[in-house]
Amino acid sequence: MSGRAQASGSRRLGWLWLPLLLCFSFLYVPIVALVVMSFNSGKSALNFSGLSLRWYPELFRDGDLGEALLNSLLVAVGCTLVSTVLGTMLAVGLVRHTRSTALDSLVMAPAILPDLMMAIGLLSFFAAVGVSLGLATVALAHAAFGTAFVVAVVRARLVQLDRSLEEASQDLGAGWFTTFTRITLPSIAPAVAAGSLLAFTLSIDEFVIAFFTNGPTSPTLPIEIYSRVRFGVTPEINALATILLAVSAIAVVVVAVAVGRTEDGDD
Amino acid sequence: MSHPVAPAPAPAARTRDRHRLLEKVVLLGPGLLFTAVFVAVPVLLVLSYTVFDRGRFGGVVYEFGLDNFTRAFEPTYRKVLVSSIWIAGLTTLIALVLGYPVAYAIAKLPDRWRNVCLVLVVVPFWTNFLIRTYAWIMLLNTQGIVNDALVGVGVVDEPLTLLYTRGAVVTGLVYAYLPLMILPIYASVARLDVELREASANLGATRFATFVRVTLPLSLPGVVTGCIFVFVPSLGNFVVPELLGGGKSVMVGNLIRDQFLKARDWPFGATLALCMVVFLIALFAIQSLVSRRYAVEGDR
Repeated sequence: MSGRAQASGSRRLGWLWLPLLLCFSFLYVPIVALVVMSFNSGKSALNFSGLSLRWYPELFRDGDLGEALLNSLLVAVGCTLVSTVLGTMLAVGLVRHTRSTALDSLVMAPAILPDLMMAIGLLSFFAAVGVSLGLATVALAHAAFGTAFVVAVVRARLVQLDRSLEEASQDLGAGWFTTFTRITLPSIAPAVAAGSLLAFTLSIDEFVIAFFTNGPTSPTLPIEIYSRVRFGVTPEINALATILLAVSAIAVVVVAVAVGRTEDGDD
Repeated sequence: MSHPVAPAPAPAARTRDRHRLLEKVVLLGPGLLFTAVFVAVPVLLVLSYTVFDRGRFGGVVYEFGLDNFTRAFEPTYRKVLVSSIWIAGLTTLIALVLGYPVAYAIAKLPDRWRNVCLVLVVVPFWTNFLIRTYAWIMLLNTQGIVNDALVGVGVVDEPLTLLYTRGAVVTGLVYAYLPLMILPIYASVARLDVELREASANLGATRFATFVRVTLPLSLPGVVTGCIFVFVPSLGNFVVPELLGGGKSVMVGNLIRDQFLKARDWPFGATLALCMVVFLIALFAIQSLVSRRYAVEGDR
């Protein structure tokens, strides 16, 4: 495989470097501009008047932002717990115990439905049931789609798994629960971890569903950002954006390196 | 799942069957119940709202009627629906034209550079969506960088009105979803057998002919998937039209949001959402047709 990839890669790119260059400038010029402006000494996010770090300490003194971040973390932890447990059990159940495509579509529906549809549905549902909106309703709403993503990740691992170990365990007299906790679960553990990480990230970042299912008093971070961004551009938001950018860039690179390493290990 | 009636199973087999059933219920039960309550019921609830009326103070009055549907196709709202489809379509087209050559180029890179490029494509996508949109407010402003550059180079004398236009909305949407176009196309191009292209070249086809007759058709499933991945979130988006389009180019997402959170006419909002989803389902049907057709041809 790698030999062939090498062979195709060694051929010249020709004019194809041009779209690559254009694409990466398009993707990164806004980001670079955002980062540069966060170091602006002036109050404007548009005219650069000198280097300064003043907006970063400002950010940490901003209590509303801190509270919003805490709210987001609470929601994401709740969402991750529910999605990981339910999603892992569902994935095992779907792979081992049923071939029903109807159940399958039901479980995967939230990953495919437009977020706005989920948002108005959950708002209507919470209103109909009479639950007052708040962080708990956001966490439940996020778990509704988080579960689907955990199922997708765990299932992809399960179908590759050799079943002979589980069969051996049962032939040796272990009950299904013991087999599940001692054999199945450890072998899918990396996928479960990846799935829960995905659920956590998606929840931290999610805006639309949170916007509809949240109460007025406890905004999550994206909701807080939204309400600030609507009133124009400030260097403080640039500083916040830079920190968020750094966090997600580091996360993506770490995951990419980790994945690359496991793939190398498999060879 | 119904078990065929076996003639008097051995007791051991019966216990095993009972254990399997218990295992199935324990594993699937909680998740299915959760999904039913928080996905199926809410969606069905919204669908049911489409045939009811709004109450005088918001809320829903349960009197059957199809008024919402006739209202959704009145000129005012029809215009919004059509313009949303147009904006989402244009976004998809531009993302395809930009994304295809990029995906193709990445697939041709040596392994090491290929992974670097893929990470570079993904990083902006994992950055908060609002932050990415905010960056364009900054860039497209009359005193923003794009205008500074245009005036500086001498392309225009006066700064242009770039922000709060339809073009700004399309730019923001392309920026937000371009990675979703590149990745599926990359996946389908990277999977292509090099041998097929070499065979085509050996048989005397020019590189252009090889591309048009071999590479492009075989990457079509990736193209269709990418188009769906870009079109679907673009159509229902209300953040980009609000932040980059001002109030001027309202899309159906804004309309639905307003019906639920401002006008408090939930039945009408639900009807607009249903129109949007029906349109999307039609697209999914086309996608599955295309991918099935090409999957079969690929197997031959």
